[in-house]
Amino acid sequence: MVKKSIERIYLILIFLFLYLPIGVLIVLSFNNSKSRVQWGGFTLHWYQELFRSRVIMEAFYTTITIMLAASIIATLLGTMAALGIHAMKRRGKAIMLGATNIPLLNADIVTGISLMLLLIRFTRLGVNTVLIAHITFNIPYVILNVLPKLNSLSPNTYEAALDLGATPFYAFRKIIWPDIKGGVFSGFLMAVTMSLDDFSITYFTKGAGVNTLSTMIYTEMKKGIKPEMYALSTILFLIALILLLLMNYRSSKKSSEAVSRI
Amino acid sequence: MIKQSRQLLAGPYIVWIIGFIILPVLMILYYAFTDAAGAFTFSNVAAIAEPIHLKSLLLALKLGILSTLICLVLSYPLAMILNGLHIQKHSFIVFIFVLPMWMNFMLRILAWQMLLSNNGIINTFLQSLGFSGINLMNTQTAVVFGMVYDYLPFMLLPIYNSLVRIRKDIIEAAKDLGANNVTVFFKIIFPLTLSGVISGIVMVFVPALTSFVISDLLGGGKVLLIGNVIEQSFMQGMDWHLGSGLSLVLMVFVLVSMAFMNGKGKDGEGTAVW
Repeated sequence: MVKKSIERIYLILIFLFLYLPIGVLIVLSFNNSKSRVQWGGFTLHWYQELFRSRVIMEAFYTTITIMLAASIIATLLGTMAALGIHAMKRRGKAIMLGATNIPLLNADIVTGISLMLLLIRFTRLGVNTVLIAHITFNIPYVILNVLPKLNSLSPNTYEAALDLGATPFYAFRKIIWPDIKGGVFSGFLMAVTMSLDDFSITYFTKGAGVNTLSTMIYTEMKKGIKPEMYALSTILFLIALILLLLMNYRSSKKSSEAVSRI
Repeated sequence: MIKQSRQLLAGPYIVWIIGFIILPVLMILYYAFTDAAGAFTFSNVAAIAEPIHLKSLLLALKLGILSTLICLVLSYPLAMILNGLHIQKHSFIVFIFVLPMWMNFMLRILAWQMLLSNNGIINTFLQSLGFSGINLMNTQTAVVFGMVYDYLPFMLLPIYNSLVRIRKDIIEAAKDLGANNVTVFFKIIFPLTLSGVISGIVMVFVPALTSFVISDLLGGGKVLLIGNVIEQSFMQGMDWHLGSGLSLVLMVFVLVSMAFMNGKGKDGEGTAVW
């Protein structure tokens, strides 16, 4: 019994540690005062400011555009790459996987700097360079999600389908795709998450005037208190909550597995 | 025949690897070993031995190790408690502990900045209780707080995943054979979660060691980590050669610490979480 209560208390303490900061942000987003400690009454003023601010809206738009484009391209390239790598012999496979690991192992700051040093030679830094950078760090997540699915496929079924007269594309669609689509999907989701959360690599590869939410918040934080940021946090927290709940619901049968994979 | 044509699918990715992974790394090497005039030099890499750079590297190591240890000490019991919960509640509670991770990294730092600042919540609270305010903001403590808050899930999830995989009958068998809880923990549970612990350590230590944003925003320029020195040499000092030289040193540090940790726990299964 004592053990149970200690466990409860520990869970509650960690819960507070995780949620107190977020809770305070949410409360302050409705606070009609710029002070961080005084309650000046309830207001939606900061939300109006948020939607009126061109800087924030542009950053939001850029973030979504880059996130979608980078994730889709990375999923496409990554899935193709996984299919190709899967067909390779041991040595080729090892080399490809080694190279795939580089962006995962390298510190973000080093990846960002290295890409900047290269890209700045050929083009002006801007949205496109951020997109290239995001695709680069997203592809490995897709490959690492798709490859295990391919490895658990029986190699003979696909060839049997070809022998029986299926075109390669038809055989792919009917035999391989159903078994790997889960991996492709979770790779895509992981790419989305990584893209949304990235700061360091975007920071180094973006040009002047281009901002994603992360870099925009960074600049604003350096300037001082901006209650609009609290409103933005609240909205983003709600979006994350809804997305995660949806994903949890979708795979409620294997829910614990799904959550632990996130 | 089929296999060979399928390998071609990796073609675009191979081009991508060469263009955007290998070439950029070569660029760092190039800048690291040349000076502004383009002549070969070791001075950018050797600059790590200068007191100010060395100090920032040691500080980054210190705060990185400290945050990693705190994350480990907090996460392990948490993972065990989560794993021991009744199965129906358990996915929901895991969900609760994953959710903060999904909020933008920068906003999580913002939240802590707000709590820790001198006229922030923690200080006001302390003062209202009659204590004198403490200076938390712009200290190493604040940076460690931020790092622990940001990286805790990276430690929790691999440990939790490796705990979930342990089959209950193994533990029951040990108990039937007379092992007490302590023995079960040290002989069975801990060794089986070692790979999770190791990937947790790598996933917390590497970002903590190389971070520059947390120390910038919560340390207010007073906590200078190697990441900050590198960032400044690119963004303010415009000395790309020095910055590349230091990046190279940092890269080697990361690789060495990973090789060290991987040598300890052979299978990298837990790494697949992220």
